[in-house]
Amino acid sequence: MANIRFTNDHEWIRVEGDTAVIGITDYAQQQLGDVVFVELPEVGRALERGKDAAVVESVKAASEVYAPIDGQVIEINTLLLDQPATVNSDPQGAGWFFKVKLGDTAQLEALLDETAYNNMIQELG
Amino acid sequence: MVPFGGYAMPVQYQTGILSEHLHTRRSAGLFDVSHMGQVRLIGDGAIAAVERLVPGDIQALKPGRVRYTMLTNDQGGIIDDLMVARREKELALVVNAGTKDNDIAHIAAHLPAGVELIYEQQRALLALQGPLAAAVLERHIPGIAKVAFMTETAAKLAGIEITLTRSGYTGEDGFELSVPASRADEVARLLLAASEVLPIGLGARDSLRLEAGLCLYGHDIDETTTPIEAGLIWTISKRRRAEGGFPGDAVIQKQIAQGPGRHRVGIQPEGRAPAREGVEIQIGGQTIGKITSGGFGPSADRPVAMGYVDAAKAITGTAIDLIVRGKPMPARIVAMPFVPHSYFKNI
Repeated sequence: MANIRFTNDHEWIRVEGDTAVIGITDYAQQQLGDVVFVELPEVGRALERGKDAAVVESVKAASEVYAPIDGQVIEINTLLLDQPATVNSDPQGAGWFFKVKLGDTAQLEALLDETAYNNMIQELG
Repeated sequence: MVPFGGYAMPVQYQTGILSEHLHTRRSAGLFDVSHMGQVRLIGDGAIAAVERLVPGDIQALKPGRVRYTMLTNDQGGIIDDLMVARREKELALVVNAGTKDNDIAHIAAHLPAGVELIYEQQRALLALQGPLAAAVLERHIPGIAKVAFMTETAAKLAGIEITLTRSGYTGEDGFELSVPASRADEVARLLLAASEVLPIGLGARDSLRLEAGLCLYGHDIDETTTPIEAGLIWTISKRRRAEGGFPGDAVIQKQIAQGPGRHRVGIQPEGRAPAREGVEIQIGGQTIGKITSGGFGPSADRPVAMGYVDAAKAITGTAIDLIVRGKPMPARIVAMPFVPHSYFKNI
């Protein structure tokens, strides 16, 4: 299994040992346009799969970022507070949102792998 | 593309809202605003007829001049905001896209015999806005860079008969060009060929007008807001304030005399989070109003908003809370515009 997975809502999750890094996909940042503000969860917060975890605002609109899996937030990317446009320039690298301590790894199996995600966005056009 | 006023409109072109916005403030941007309604009223009674529908002073408008005003209803609410240009024997109106069918029916129902209404469906409208707009047009229309703000000129652009007004919706110097629809593509391509000009979509049009403190119909003004509440009293001359003679005149005259119950104000969030339309405005947990337009101001480089608050609280500098996603966010009431207007002044 490749260590990166995707949600239908355009979040990515990359597993690194017993933690997971979460952000939004390149497709998501393209759809949003220029990101001007990111609100991140507090460190220590227990996130629930499919529930609000963060907010990303572009010039166009505000969008919720959902937790791809259950997990406790262990680190947030404070760079985004000062330089939210990093989400546009490097969405799947320096533009990561937060890290969680992995709970139920079985939840990862329900997410899309890279091929399935790419097929989905192909269909979205 | 998004639906807007019954049209499919581009939110942005290749470079995105932020760069389109900044480009317009720095150079020149071309907007296709052909969705707006262009209406001509021909006949001697046109001026008096329009004055019976708007609080603006149309009698005082000299040929070649343009004025911003609004159609009001009997409660003093705003049916639409519009531009009125006076020509030698007619008036030329530009109204909003989403309201134009209503506007036309409303105006037509109030025209006396002898005044003809022509809905110019075969004309497109292009706006060239920004500090370099005049220089770009000057290459095609010698002398145009010198015409005054809020005037209309008939001219030839690459052999095409057009009319253009020095006006716009960005707070910048610029022009709106009324061109035959069959030649609009040609005119647009000609203007876009200038190195200074980029095409600008609906997204930047909104952020530019918001920073300039200009109202968007259906959001900042509508049938429930009066010109006085909206801070548009400057559009009503001394004579019209005294004489009335437009729908809702009693309500508007009373608000002028006693002050309205609420005011449209500028709102400056203190943090970086944008506060958008619909956000509640509070002081000490008490609701005092609502945001009607808000977002990120690319030139201001921070979030900006406008909305209505109770008259007693509508004081510049007042600290307020904006309820964004259930949490109070500190902000202040500020004077508008957020970015100074740069209209052309012929000194």
